[in-house]
Amino acid sequence: MALLEVKDLRTEFRTDDGVVKAVDGVSFSVDKGQTLGIVGESGCGKSVTCLTIMGLNSKRTATSTGEALWKGDDLLAMKPSRLREIRGNEIAMVFQDPMTSLNPVHTIGKQLVEAVVLHRDVSKKQARLRALELLQAVGIPRAERRIDDYPHQFSGGMRQRVMIAMSLINEPDLLIADEPTTALDVTTQAQILNLMNKLQEEFHTAIIIITHDLGVVAETADDVVVMYAAKVVEHGVVDSIFMQPRHPYTWGLLGSLPRLDADVERLVQIPGQPPSLLNPPAGCRFNPRCPYVMDRCKAEEPELVSTPADPAHMQACFLDEDVKKREADKLLAGTMAEAS
Amino acid sequence: MWRYLIRRLLWAFVLFICVTVVTYVIFFIIPANPAALVAGKSATPEDVKRAEKWLGIDQPVYVQYAKFVHRLSPVTWRDNHPALKTPSLGRSFATRQDVNTVVGRAAPVTASLVFGGAFFWMLVALPIGILSALRPKSLLDRGAMTFVLIGISAHPVWIGLILAYTVGYKLGWAPITGYCDLINPSTSCGGPIDWAWHMMLPWMTFAFLFSAQYVRMIRAQVMETLNEDYVRTARAKGAPESRVMFSHVLRNALLIVVTMLGMDIGIALGGAIFTESVFGLPGLGQTALESIFAYDLPIVQGIVVFATLAIIVFNLFVDLFYAMIDPRIRLT
Repeated sequence: MALLEVKDLRTEFRTDDGVVKAVDGVSFSVDKGQTLGIVGESGCGKSVTCLTIMGLNSKRTATSTGEALWKGDDLLAMKPSRLREIRGNEIAMVFQDPMTSLNPVHTIGKQLVEAVVLHRDVSKKQARLRALELLQAVGIPRAERRIDDYPHQFSGGMRQRVMIAMSLINEPDLLIADEPTTALDVTTQAQILNLMNKLQEEFHTAIIIITHDLGVVAETADDVVVMYAAKVVEHGVVDSIFMQPRHPYTWGLLGSLPRLDADVERLVQIPGQPPSLLNPPAGCRFNPRCPYVMDRCKAEEPELVSTPADPAHMQACFLDEDVKKREADKLLAGTMAEAS
Repeated sequence: MWRYLIRRLLWAFVLFICVTVVTYVIFFIIPANPAALVAGKSATPEDVKRAEKWLGIDQPVYVQYAKFVHRLSPVTWRDNHPALKTPSLGRSFATRQDVNTVVGRAAPVTASLVFGGAFFWMLVALPIGILSALRPKSLLDRGAMTFVLIGISAHPVWIGLILAYTVGYKLGWAPITGYCDLINPSTSCGGPIDWAWHMMLPWMTFAFLFSAQYVRMIRAQVMETLNEDYVRTARAKGAPESRVMFSHVLRNALLIVVTMLGMDIGIALGGAIFTESVFGLPGLGQTALESIFAYDLPIVQGIVVFATLAIIVFNLFVDLFYAMIDPRIRLT
C-alpha cells in the first residue's frame, strides 16, 4: 500500500469573481522513503494540492472532493482532531518563505519545543534537548546558543534550516516541501537540497517537493508530476520525464532551462500566460500556448493515459505518439547539441 | 537603553517648555484681564491695579514665565547652595487655592474615568473584534461594524446624554451626576461601591466611544495576522485552533493595540472634557474648562503641565513595554 494515495483530488475556491478550480482531478501516490516532485508554473495548483492534503485551506472559501488516503485513511474525510494528530507528526510541511514562516515573537527554541510537545508526552526539558539535537542535525552552528534567538536574528537559509528541523522533529513519514528553496540564493539552495537529501536517508522520510525548478526535481525526485492549470499533464519516473518527455508543456519547461554549457542568446520561453482558473480554455488547457495545437485540442479535453511504450509514464496529449517521440528526441538532441 | 532614556527625557523637557510657553502666550493674547475678575464688579481702576500687582500679572510675560518655571523646578538656591524643594504650580488667581491641591484633587477623578473606561472598552472590544475577525461578513461582524460606525460618528456629549437619559433617568439604574471618592469617603458617599456606581455611566460613555475604534482596529489586526505564514506553520505543526489563536495570532495582533492603548490613555488623562462635563465629574477636563472661563491661568497651566507629563510618561511607558513584548524592537 502506498503511504499517500491521492485520487481525483479537486479543490475549489469561492471568490467574489466566481469559483476558481485550483486543483482539478489530481491523482498520484507516494511510497515510503520515495521523493515525488510536483512541477509547474506559479498558480498551477501545486501548492494548493498539498495544502488540501494537509487540510490547511481556509474552510470558509475552499471545498475539496476526492480522496487523499494516508495509510489507508482519507485525510479529507477525517475528524479535525485526528487530522491534527497527523499534521506535524506523521506529515510535516516546509513552506516557501522562511522569512515569514516563523513566528517573530517567539524564540526558535520555543517554536521547536511546541512542535514536540503537541505530539509527544515529554517534558519541556526533553523537548528542548530534542530541539537542540535537530538544530545540530540541520547544521545550525552553535545551536545551544542560537536556540534562544528569535527568527529575525537568523538569515534566510538558516531560517529554512530551522523550518526543516521543526518539520523533522517528530520524525514524520512524509515531508511536504513547498518550494523550500525558492526564496533562497543559489548556493543556499544547494545546501538546503543536500541537507534534505541527507536527512531523507537518515530519517527514511518520504518527500513531496513542490517546485517550478526542474533542476531541483532532477536532483531530488524519484517520480515527477507535471501540473498545468490545475491538472496533471504528465506523470512518470524522473528519468522518463527528462529523457522521454511526452507533453508539449514539459518540452516547454525543459526548453526554458538555462544551461551553463551552452551559449544561448535568449532562453526559450513558452509564449503566453497561464490561463485563468476562473475561466479555463475549452479542450486541452494548454492549447492556446501549444505550438502543436490541432482542432481536436480546442474541442476535447485529453485524458491522462499511459504511454504505450511505458505504462507507468502517464501523459495527457492528443499528439501522435510518433510525433511526440520525434519532437522529444529533437528537443533533447538540440540541447545535447548545444551542450557539445 | 540608557542613552535612549536620556534622549527621551531631554525631548520631554523641550516639549514641556514649548507647551507651557504656548499656554502663557495664548493667555496674554486673550483680551481679558483676570485682575478685573478678581477685583470684583464694583472695583475702581486703582483696585484693579492693586489686584494686578497682587496677582503678579503687572510684570512682563517673560518674568511671569520665569517665575512659573522657578516655582515648578524642584531645585532652588538657598543660603548660597542649591537645595531641594517641592515643585509648586502656584496659586489660583480666582480662589487663591494651591494649584497642586486642585490638580491633585481632579486627577484621580479623571484617572478613574480613563482607567475604568479603558478596562471596559477593552472588555467589549477584544471579544467583539476577535470574533468578527474570525467570522467576517457574519451577522455578528455586520452588527459590530454598525456599532463601530455609530461609535465613531457619534459625539461623546450625545452618547453621554442619551445614556444619562435612558439608563440614568428612565431606567434609574445609575446616578446621572456626581463623583464619590474611592479611598477617602466624604460625608455623602464614598468607598469602592459608591465610586463604581457613580462612574458607571461615564465609563459606559467612554467605553462606547473608544471600543468602536478598538473593535475596528482589533478586527483588522487579527484578520491580517490570520493570513500570516507563521499562522499556517502553527497549524501545520498540528496546533489546535485555540493555541493558534492565543499563542500565535493574538500575541502578534495585539502589539499595535497595546501601543494605541497606551497613547490613548495618556491623551485621555489630560482631561476627558466632554464626558466629564456631561456627568458633572470634577476631573481635570471640567476643572480646566471652568478655569479658562475664569481666566485662571495658574490652574489651566497646572492642568496643561499635568497632561503633558501624563502623555510623555505614557508614551515612554508604551515604548519600553513595546520593546519588551516585541523582540524585534531594540531601543537605541
